[in-house]
Amino acid sequence: MAYSDKVVDHFQHPRNVGSFGTSADVAKRTDVGVGIVGAPECGDVMQLQIKVNEQGLIEDAKFKCFGCGSAIASSSLATEWLKGKSVDEALTIKNTQIVEELSLPPVKIHCSVLAEDSIRAAIADYRKKNGVVAETTAAAH
Amino acid sequence: MAPKLPIFLDNAATTRCDPRVVEAMLPYFSEKFGNSASRNHKFGWEGEDAVELAREQAAALIGANPKEIIFTSGSTESNNLAIKGAAEMYAKAPVGQTGRGHIITATHEHKAVLDPCKRLQREGFDVTFLEPGEDGIITADMVAGAIRPDTILVTLMWANNEIGTINELPQIGKLCHEKEIILHTDATQWVGKMPTDVERDCIDLMSWSAHKMYGPKGVGALFVRRRKPRVRLEALIDGGGHERGMRSGTLNVTGIVGFGKACELCKEHMEQECERLVKLRRKLETELSKRIEVTQVNGHADKRLPHICNISFGFVEGESLMMGVKDIACSSGSACTSASLEPSYVLKALGVGDELAHSSLRLSLGRWTTEEEVDFAIEQIVKAVEHLRTMSPLFDLHKEGIDISKIVWQAH
Repeated sequence: MAYSDKVVDHFQHPRNVGSFGTSADVAKRTDVGVGIVGAPECGDVMQLQIKVNEQGLIEDAKFKCFGCGSAIASSSLATEWLKGKSVDEALTIKNTQIVEELSLPPVKIHCSVLAEDSIRAAIADYRKKNGVVAETTAAAH
Repeated sequence: MAPKLPIFLDNAATTRCDPRVVEAMLPYFSEKFGNSASRNHKFGWEGEDAVELAREQAAALIGANPKEIIFTSGSTESNNLAIKGAAEMYAKAPVGQTGRGHIITATHEHKAVLDPCKRLQREGFDVTFLEPGEDGIITADMVAGAIRPDTILVTLMWANNEIGTINELPQIGKLCHEKEIILHTDATQWVGKMPTDVERDCIDLMSWSAHKMYGPKGVGALFVRRRKPRVRLEALIDGGGHERGMRSGTLNVTGIVGFGKACELCKEHMEQECERLVKLRRKLETELSKRIEVTQVNGHADKRLPHICNISFGFVEGESLMMGVKDIACSSGSACTSASLEPSYVLKALGVGDELAHSSLRLSLGRWTTEEEVDFAIEQIVKAVEHLRTMSPLFDLHKEGIDISKIVWQAH
């Protein structure tokens, strides 16, 4: 098995697992953005939630992930990187950075893409709820 | 006492050689190194005697005559020889033409059967791939429904390697004999574990392998019926005319000795071993189903081998499950490590949904599996599934009463 130590660490001790309420609750909250990407039949579903304060900073982030160890690690890492960033800064996170940080092999690059997409989807949801026209939709790939 | 880690629950992939098998083989590496085809000296005679003893041991295990045993390198070769050899021998039209004959097999066969069948399909034969029901079993009725006037060969495994379900082999054998169609069975997972009688069950050709039954890798056999009917095969490997001309090449005497000993030991211990393994497998299945909600044992509940358990856990993904059960050596129904992301074609053939097929484990027990190991496996699997479900967005949706199959996902 070619899992890097960092992937194994995130898998065994995932950071920021959870959500800010049931799916019905978070749908109503304007301070929370939710991104769900992937599909069960593909073996990956990533859910990322960001909680944004009045200054536009992401003060908390939570994830849930149905997927392989690399997908879990990618989303766990994403929550760590999101915390404390502004929404605009968060959009600069690239999947290649995740690949590098976790030493993902080529067959696992899609996990990092999924993580980047979930960040974008969560931000798009937050902006939509707050009447901001989405500058970016899910990354094309 | 805590078991030694990692524990091996992948006996359907291969088994550890029985020490008695190794002991029987050892002299044939060194002082008894003769070529069994050397007719003029003691070394050759020793080799020949050893091979003939192994042939008797193999035949005794399956109710055959020793002359009906052809030694090969394993089940893949046996399957290729049986399927291609019979198709070419009984073809209804010469090479290069279409309509050369009809072959019946099933979608959840091993690749070592499916791929030879697909090659024959390209070479002018028609092949029907039967679909099993949800229970994974191919019945005699299904076969009867597929037989045509030009059917020359039926090839169906006795028991499935991924889910352990048992096809209606004796009934299919009788049907094929009535219709005068050759029946081949890949019995790799069956022989040595379950009583086998090729005479009673009307089997014409049967493949099996030493390393699945506590023998060495690289040796197997093909049973080729000699009477009622006398089955003939077109050889795949030409050369010195070994093995009644059906499989040329110097015999793997050492391996064959080990194979014979392994057959003898399986025959001797089959009853107690079967009983013990059924008990352990039942414990595994009942405990896991009881302690983990949304768990599904794949394949027919009772018509299954004693040692193979295939079980799916909802809302967790297979590869991460494998990571979670790191102290258990087993197989996953998901092939996610490959770029294809395809779940097991066997589980798909049973109509198991993609999500559950992705999250399945095949746990296969063997002669060396202890109850302590099974208990350890249960604890680690329960812990791993719980850990993964705390992270699973799908499990949350399930808990909220939302039907995942009704959600429109944005497939990646």
